[in-house]
Amino acid sequence: MSILRWRNLRWVLVAVLLEALGTAAVAVAQPQSGIVRPTSEPPKPSLQLGAELYAGNCSTCHGIAGSGITKGRLGAGHILGEGPPLRGVGARAADFYLRMGFMPLRNIYSQPGPLRERVLFTEKEIVSLVKYVASLGPGPGIPHPNPAQGNLSKGLQLFTDHCAGCHQALARGGFVTGALVPPLQTLTSRQIAEAVRIGPYLMPRFSRTQISDADLNSIIKYVQWTNHPNNHGGWGIGNIGPIPEGLVTWWIAIPLLLIACLFVGRRIRRS
Amino acid sequence: MRLLRWLLVVLSLGRLGRRRTQAQADEQRIVPKGSPDRGAENLVLVLLALAILFAAGFLFVYGWFAAPSMPNELLGIALGGALACVGGALLVVGKRLVVSEELEDEYPGDNPDEQREVVQIIHESGSRITRKRLLIGAGTAAAGALGVAALAPAISLGPIWDTGPLDRTPWRRGTRVVDEKGKPISADDVLHYTFYTGFAEGAPKEDMASYLVIVRVDPAKLHLPPGRGGWAPDGILAFSKICTHAGCAIALYRKPTFTEVEPNPALVCPCHYSTFDPYTGGTVIYGPAGRPLPQLPLEIDSDGNLRAAGNFSARIGPGWWNVRSKPTYGVS
Repeated sequence: MSILRWRNLRWVLVAVLLEALGTAAVAVAQPQSGIVRPTSEPPKPSLQLGAELYAGNCSTCHGIAGSGITKGRLGAGHILGEGPPLRGVGARAADFYLRMGFMPLRNIYSQPGPLRERVLFTEKEIVSLVKYVASLGPGPGIPHPNPAQGNLSKGLQLFTDHCAGCHQALARGGFVTGALVPPLQTLTSRQIAEAVRIGPYLMPRFSRTQISDADLNSIIKYVQWTNHPNNHGGWGIGNIGPIPEGLVTWWIAIPLLLIACLFVGRRIRRS
Repeated sequence: MRLLRWLLVVLSLGRLGRRRTQAQADEQRIVPKGSPDRGAENLVLVLLALAILFAAGFLFVYGWFAAPSMPNELLGIALGGALACVGGALLVVGKRLVVSEELEDEYPGDNPDEQREVVQIIHESGSRITRKRLLIGAGTAAAGALGVAALAPAISLGPIWDTGPLDRTPWRRGTRVVDEKGKPISADDVLHYTFYTGFAEGAPKEDMASYLVIVRVDPAKLHLPPGRGGWAPDGILAFSKICTHAGCAIALYRKPTFTEVEPNPALVCPCHYSTFDPYTGGTVIYGPAGRPLPQLPLEIDSDGNLRAAGNFSARIGPGWWNVRSKPTYGVS
């Protein structure tokens, strides 16, 4: 009796449909991931809105009023939170981490790192949150760089001195022992300035005595130039250096030489 | 001049020992006898002589110029020219000197008669060449010259005999630490979570032993080796910036923002990712470096500036045969 007969197959179909419906029901029953927001928000950014958003989205790991949680404790919903204190980090850090999509973590159990997620907060919510975090303690404000005043060739030299070791000569990123180094294309001037001064995650920070504001303008100008470098050879090959350049030898030049050999050589004629 | 002399020796050797046997002329030939082409042979000799000159040129350029002013284009022209001339000589030999015959048989397996015929074919293909030993001598000389040129970079291996300069550093007790502009580095300027490059005051900029990488860490987390108790005032550490693997400058610093989930601080070299732990005095925690990063003891003077409190803990720089022996540093 073949299982492919319809009278057997229809039970298989029913089982599959029930399975799909069950899975959908279970998925709907999971707690929703995403942003928790108050049901009605005021029209303008406010400290109160920031406090409410913080309480709903950040306090699980960063603690009440930014005190930080360093010994993992189970929080609301039995979620293990762990996060550094935010007192004194200032508007600069909050603006950076929120606008880059680094925070809030998409998956609360994932390692924090320079992985950008889609920013789910609205502009009003971000401004409110930044206001709130800035109010937790005295801290640095948001920088206002001006890359138009920078010098591109000085920026190349400074970037090579301070940044290219980890971020690669054309800011394409890379790896350091135990750390992922992100590429720097698509960053705004403000985000670059904030990152240099904060030193997010495993990156060192650079103070004004090490990189002055004028130098920072030049570095930002260079980093934004790397979005469209002038590839003199005509083909950038990803601008990441010797490996694609070697592949051009192996996969393009050598096959071309072999094809030339085919044309130059004589075929053996078999009778 | 020497090479030319050797070439003449080879040429004269080629003239001796030439034996003509008529035995093979009696057997039936497979490959037709080709007419001699002395013009082609002369061309081959000229090309091989040019190859020897190019290779000698490579050796000369590599040995003559110091590394910072090495004209790489001349090296490329010399090596490329040598290879091109050898290639050209082989081309002429193949096209005009070797008598070629198209045969359609497969290579004979076990038949001894057919194997003997193949040997005979190969032998007779060279029958057109009249100065065989001369050409072989010239080819050997060209190959030898190329081989010597390929070994030329051995000149850069160092230190060969005089290891004295590797024993000296500009640091003494009291030498001030300055930045690249010559301004003394103050202990208050050294912040947490970043790193600085320091130099010995008064030392020339090319002195590799003058470069330092300076970081500040939490003194409670330090586990320095015994004897280095006072080497890190306020948690400020200074290490040689020259990686102990192959001599690159250590330009990378990894620091944790949140120690619960991120690794400890580490100094990393960008070339091969040798990773050094500042907490334990520069021990290697990853990568190909074979010995820890040498540490310089620091002290803070009455103006608040950083000064050396002695010399490095070990020799700086990449490894060589005596690198682990006790250096005879100056007053410590």
